[in-house]
Amino acid sequence: MFDAFHLARAQFGFTVAFHIIFPAFSIGLASYLMVLEGLWLRTGRQVYLDLFRYWIKIFSIAFAMGVVSGLVMSYQFGTNWSQYADKAGPVIGPVMAYEVLTAFFLEAGFLGVMLFGMERVGRGLHFFATCMVAGGTLLSAFWILSVNSWMQTPAGFGIGPDGRMFPTDYWQVIFNPSVFVRVPHMVLASYLVVAFIVSGVAAWHLLRGHATPAVRTMFSMAMWMAAIVAPIQIGMGDLHGLNTLEHQPMKVAAMEGSWEPSGADGAPLILFGLPNMSGERTDYKIEIPHASSLILTHSWNGRVPGLKEVPPEDRPYAPLVFWTFRIMVGLGFLMFGLGVFSLFTRWRGTLHENRWLHRAALIMAPAPLVALLCGWMTTEVGRQPYTVYGVLRTADSISPIALPGVATSFAVFAVVYFVVFGAGVLVILRLMAKPPVPGETGINEDQPTRTAGIHPGLPGDVPTNSGEVSPLPAE
Amino acid sequence: MSAETVATVWAGLIAFAVLAYVILDGFDLGVGILFAAERGPEDRDTMVNSIAPMWDGNETWLVLGGGGLLGAFPLAYAVIMPALYPTIFGMLFGLIFRGVAFELRFRAETERARKLWDFSFFGGSTLAALCQGLTLGGLLQGITVVNRQYAGGWFDWLTPFTILCGVAVVTGYAWLGACWLVWRTETSLQDRARRQAMVLGLATLGLLVVVSLWTPFLNETFMRRWFGWPGILFTSPIPILVTSIAVAFWRGITRGHHLTPFLCALAIFVLCFAGLGISFYPLMVPPDITIWQAAAPRASQIFILVGASVLIPLILLYSGFSYWVFRGKVKAGAHYH
Ligand code: HDD
Ligand code: HEM
Ligand code: HEM
Repeated sequence: MFDAFHLARAQFGFTVAFHIIFPAFSIGLASYLMVLEGLWLRTGRQVYLDLFRYWIKIFSIAFAMGVVSGLVMSYQFGTNWSQYADKAGPVIGPVMAYEVLTAFFLEAGFLGVMLFGMERVGRGLHFFATCMVAGGTLLSAFWILSVNSWMQTPAGFGIGPDGRMFPTDYWQVIFNPSVFVRVPHMVLASYLVVAFIVSGVAAWHLLRGHATPAVRTMFSMAMWMAAIVAPIQIGMGDLHGLNTLEHQPMKVAAMEGSWEPSGADGAPLILFGLPNMSGERTDYKIEIPHASSLILTHSWNGRVPGLKEVPPEDRPYAPLVFWTFRIMVGLGFLMFGLGVFSLFTRWRGTLHENRWLHRAALIMAPAPLVALLCGWMTTEVGRQPYTVYGVLRTADSISPIALPGVATSFAVFAVVYFVVFGAGVLVILRLMAKPPVPGETGINEDQPTRTAGIHPGLPGDVPTNSGEVSPLPAE
Repeated sequence: MSAETVATVWAGLIAFAVLAYVILDGFDLGVGILFAAERGPEDRDTMVNSIAPMWDGNETWLVLGGGGLLGAFPLAYAVIMPALYPTIFGMLFGLIFRGVAFELRFRAETERARKLWDFSFFGGSTLAALCQGLTLGGLLQGITVVNRQYAGGWFDWLTPFTILCGVAVVTGYAWLGACWLVWRTETSLQDRARRQAMVLGLATLGLLVVVSLWTPFLNETFMRRWFGWPGILFTSPIPILVTSIAVAFWRGITRGHHLTPFLCALAIFVLCFAGLGISFYPLMVPPDITIWQAAAPRASQIFILVGASVLIPLILLYSGFSYWVFRGKVKAGAHYH
């Protein structure tokens, strides 16, 4: 088990799982900030500005952690998966290059203005910068998921005599068969992550008796998001399942814990059980007849594949896929439940008073993040033993790096990530523990020196916009 | 365009991305390295403030360098990364510490935590710079490749030459950082930065001479380029230009100019880079792999090239805008009212 190959896989899984936490949060949060600033510009209400400034501090930390952990990802394809880079690079490399050119630069170019520029540029321009950052995060999600989807459902390429792939049609590479389900599913997941974290923070302050207008506003906004997005996500997940059944049958078999392809009387849904890889069966199962056929094929007796259709070395490790999938789906329905509960209290007029709702929202705050990580595990472990599904095996993707090398880098990653990102997360939690206050300060004012030199009107400074377009209301 | 031309254009583009990275992140890593010499918390805040709005954009060029290499020259990417595995990861770890310290040193609640983050900012910046130097050295001295895969040993990258390169890059970045501070700060911080820039400038130039004299002896192609005919036609102007810019730098810094020293330092970096480019061409991975051997199929390269030719000018435009928004001196201690 502890050979260089498995360690390299574990290292990649570990680092990307850490990475995805931050983008998932910042994709959603950037959109939320855009909405808040837009509402503030339209209505002029102070709560929106307060909330914007409250969340942007958290955003700036999460974003920085997303950037540095992402940097690691983009080099790991070479360091640990060099054969993969050599063989698949001509196809996916250009798509990733587009991600850098269209998305990363856009985010980075406007981030400075978004974070520190409120006093330096006019309101319209500042809002534009916020929109560019939010748009950049969505674009980035699109491109990287397009790459990932291509690895799941490859299309638009050929294979040369030396085993290297070459593109034949970039349109098909980018818009490969699963990108249309994967991108929306992931973006909705990010929105759920933020909806539940925002509502969790608001609920915490409501429970502690800080029912200020800002806290009430964010709770209500986040609960609307949860109630609307959770059911859409379930529908999207259903579509995703249909897509996977069509293109990656063995993954579905692992998700369902199904060993024999189903016959004329349809496949049951295994609610719980323990897939047993060596025994080629699922132990201790609790089944609902026909349900699996119904869900996956939308027909009573539809055919569901079984793992035994392929030799053992071509099967993904089913226990993990089976369980991560169930956790994701279960949490999805719980989120839906909370959304319904919030609609009910809203209808009764007790949204801001019902303590059970607040407790539930607080407990559920991390649920979408857990669901998201479980979703990725399902997707990635279910793709095994291939990196490019059906084309390139994971074992043929690895770098010629010996065990001590990978072990060292992995050990350092583990320590560094837990210490550094752990500290960052603690700081974020500390910021969240304080309620937003009226006249909330921005990133700048917390650190006097940051704006010191750039405040308009200080002698010796370069003049910026005149007073009346300054977004700071007179204090 | 033929596949050869496209590949050459791409090599130029990658070189451009790396150069943009080196000079942009160079000065902001340099500011981090100079934390070693600045102890006052207020001055340190000013230093960080001078780069806070742009560091992310600067670092993105590194992502483009890596991403572009994977897309346009997958073979080069696939052999360089494993060969230089420890230095690449060293750099990434350095950048992690430093990137997170940007945000967290301002949020530290105790003096001790703040000192720790300051140290992580300094240490991360220095480690990243050192590892970039080692990587450059490791690439220059050549990489053993058999059958399209790295075939060397674990510590092939660690030699006196690479260590020299590492030290040179750290010194050079610190020099860029000091010149940046001369331009963007004032009063006592600026005065100290000016003295540091003088010392670091001399040290950088000295190290440059040693590295330049050593490099041609690493590889026959380099030797022919620098001392053979007609290579010498292209190479000889470089030392001459470097010398005259060094003189301009010295005059600027001793006469109290604000911007000239920074511009001169940048120009010297650009020239050194051009020198490296001349040594390398047409190699991609010394000693054997050329640009054309490493290139992805023409279709892949054309596909990004089309986008890149529109997007890179656009990127330069809005990145320039962002620098312009944050122009002017960064002042210390003047409190917000
Ligand atoms: C662009 C491609 C890409 C993207 C967007 C992701 N992955 Fe992935 N993942 C890979 C490309 C990849 C890979 C390079 O193909 C790996 C490395 C080895 C392997 O088998 O697949 C992999 C492996 C891998 C493994 C180990 C699986 C195994 O070895 O059994 C895990 C747990 C994850 N990934 C998790 C994630 C998570 C949480 C992601 C969310 C961001 C994610 N991956 C996105
Ligand atoms: C293995 C796969 C991945 C690689 C190689 C990768 C690479 C990167 C890199 C290099 C950065 C830093 C960019 C910068 O300098 O600004 C980054 C940040 C980011 N990544 Fe990833 N990434 C991966 C997976 C993902 C996934 C799956 C998503 C989302 C669906 C994602 C979304 C983002 C976003 C939105 C950012 C901006 C920073 C942030 O919001 O925290 N990435 N990624
Ligand atoms: C409740 C109903 C849900 C269903 C039926 C569902 C279904 C699926 C399916 C079939 C996959 C696919 C695997 C593949 O083929 O690669 C998947 C992946 C994923 N799911 Fe869900 N899902 C649900 C809820 C959620 C929720 C609530 C979240 C997070 C908030 C989430 C996040 C993800 C993520 C991040 C992935 C991996 C990326 C991808 O392949 O799109 N899912 N889901």
